Amino acid sequence: MLELLWIVPAVPFLGFLILAFLGKRLSRLTIEIVGVGSIGLSALFAILIAINFMTSPPVGHAFSQTLWVWMNVAGLSPGISFYLDSMTVIFMLVITCVGFLIHLYSAEYMLDEEGYSRFFAYMNLFVGSMLTLVLADNLVLLYLGWEGVGLCSYLLIGFLYKDPANGYAARKAFVVTRVGDTAMGIGLFLLFTKLGTLQIQEMLTMASDTWQVGSPLAIAAAALLLGGAVGKSAQLPLQTWLPDAMAGPTPTSALIHAATMVTAGVYLIARTHVIFELAPIIMTVVAIVGAATLIISGFTALTQTDIKRVLAYSTISQIGYMFLALGVGAWAAGIFHFMTHAFFKALLFLGAGAIIVCLHHEQDMFKMGGLRKKLPVVFWTFLAGSASLAALPLITAGFYSKDAILWYSFSSEQGSPWLWAVALLGAFITSIYTFRMVFITFFGEAKTEVTHRPGNRIKIPLIILGVLSIIGGFIELPHTLGNWPAFSNFMHSALPEIHVPHEIYSIEWVFQIIAGVLTLTGIFIAYQLFLKNTALKDKITQAPISKALNRFWFSGWGFDWIYDRLFVFPYIWLARINKKDVFDLLYSGIALVNRVLHVILSLTQTGRLRWYAVGIVFGAIITLYVVVFA
Amino acid sequence: MISISIETGLLLSGILFLLGLIGLLVRRNIIFMLMSVEIMLNAAGLAFVIGGSRWAQPDGQVMFIFILTMAAAEVSVGLALILLLYHRFKTVDADAASKMRG
Repeated sequence: MLELLWIVPAVPFLGFLILAFLGKRLSRLTIEIVGVGSIGLSALFAILIAINFMTSPPVGHAFSQTLWVWMNVAGLSPGISFYLDSMTVIFMLVITCVGFLIHLYSAEYMLDEEGYSRFFAYMNLFVGSMLTLVLADNLVLLYLGWEGVGLCSYLLIGFLYKDPANGYAARKAFVVTRVGDTAMGIGLFLLFTKLGTLQIQEMLTMASDTWQVGSPLAIAAAALLLGGAVGKSAQLPLQTWLPDAMAGPTPTSALIHAATMVTAGVYLIARTHVIFELAPIIMTVVAIVGAATLIISGFTALTQTDIKRVLAYSTISQIGYMFLALGVGAWAAGIFHFMTHAFFKALLFLGAGAIIVCLHHEQDMFKMGGLRKKLPVVFWTFLAGSASLAALPLITAGFYSKDAILWYSFSSEQGSPWLWAVALLGAFITSIYTFRMVFITFFGEAKTEVTHRPGNRIKIPLIILGVLSIIGGFIELPHTLGNWPAFSNFMHSALPEIHVPHEIYSIEWVFQIIAGVLTLTGIFIAYQLFLKNTALKDKITQAPISKALNRFWFSGWGFDWIYDRLFVFPYIWLARINKKDVFDLLYSGIALVNRVLHVILSLTQTGRLRWYAVGIVFGAIITLYVVVFA
Repeated sequence: MISISIETGLLLSGILFLLGLIGLLVRRNIIFMLMSVEIMLNAAGLAFVIGGSRWAQPDGQVMFIFILTMAAAEVSVGLALILLLYHRFKTVDADAASKMRG
């Protein structure tokens, strides 16, 4: 069964090829069957392979498969080869299954849009690239998937290319992530020069053999890889592209946020965890970046009015939690949060998309309201997703994964009370902005007429994801609540265990109660401010200081403003003063000299035979003179 | 047999060559231009013969035979071109064919 691993990424690529080359001639139904079916088939194989992997694990809990050697140059011979271990299984399952549900949803969502086949072609390529990224057994193939994902995000964000703003958002996403990709590229060069191989497992063994903990080379390599991860996963300081990526169609956002792209950074760090463990200082940086990102984007989400932008900032914030987990060495907890986040964030985006399409493409939350009765399926599933995002205690998946991160950020050897406090504040903010969104959108009075009812292909993915957002967390129960760490046990063959001093375990329940109470308080505050007692909210927001804060947070803490002034404006200025291209003058000068000579010489071409004869005579005389006298 | 000094012979050859050259440059009638070229060829041939007789070598006369042969071939081609020119422009003025195109 495991030998069929290659089918998982191959089918989406095949779907892409069919849709890209024949898309214009196919009917909508055929496009749907190819586009959705390819991911469905891929998901089916992924599930079968995963079951096979779990029931009869291969030797060493890892399986690798080489299809062919990609190239062989000067000691570098990356193969088109895949590597499957327990972490990859989780990523593969989430990408294909959540990806399939998003594709199923898109089949209805995009039905009236132009470029139906183009959309599915890009989506299939996106899933195929992401699968290549996670299944790659060497960093070169991983980089291919990495860049493929970047390309597809560009294509999909700018999908509705007739509006120039969408093209701008697409370019922004491409350029900003490129900054990180360059750092990662340099990191790969460094690893190859110093370790002589880019086969991930071989390289990790070699790194721990040759490098000391804290050696400068390990720190440089880890920092460069972190640069790539930060760009793709939209963490500080490269987070600015993700909110603008909302320009793409909503299923695209769901795919980017939940199943592909932004989790690539988390995957990269977890995959190369050995290098990060050799550079403890970079581990701390990862944790701090995660903590700073989660708090900054949490506050930003609190002020947004566009429902998709709230979700975008919440994604940045939740990935911040994953980075925090990775940074404190809680590898399994980070991957666990990735999985639950994929469920509830895909659900929330798909739910938001359903609302948007039912309200005539209205995205402003304050023009929604009262949708609870009119869109019951969307409401209940959205509520499940929101509860999971806000980590409602005991019953949601988000609680179990976020609680693990909060706990390890305090108790792990690399953790600290400060990280825990920031993460706790972030969790509090998360519950406020999540339920602010729920109360404004679904409760209160209706402000826009519902003109459209979602069909089955929209409802089914929502319901499945809603169920997963609730029960997805029960596969990892903390010590205080049943002590059934099935997920982290499964992870241990791929990722190292976290070390927690035993005596702290006795107080774990205190932390859980604090987190739970804060979440409930956050929901209560949101209920008071945005539903029950809106006069109080108005009073708070009218104060001058909160107005200024609101503006500051709304703009995403002014990062766009700073980057515009630091990088964009100087570049545009340079481009403007160099409009005539100074460096081109030399070459155009050569061309000019030739042109002048040409004009002069062509004057002698009169066509009069006797003039030519005179020319010959003078030439002969000069030649004779030179021969005889010189 | 009266012997002629080499200077006199070369002078004759030079005068002939100059006459041909001047004819080539001042005439517009293309037939006369062709004739002038022939005169220049013969002047060069004469110089070969004079040189051959001065050093008592047969090479000069051999070379002259070559030049004659070549001149005959060249004249046949040249006359053919002149005929074409005449058919086309209804004139034998060389300047009439000063445009390169057409």
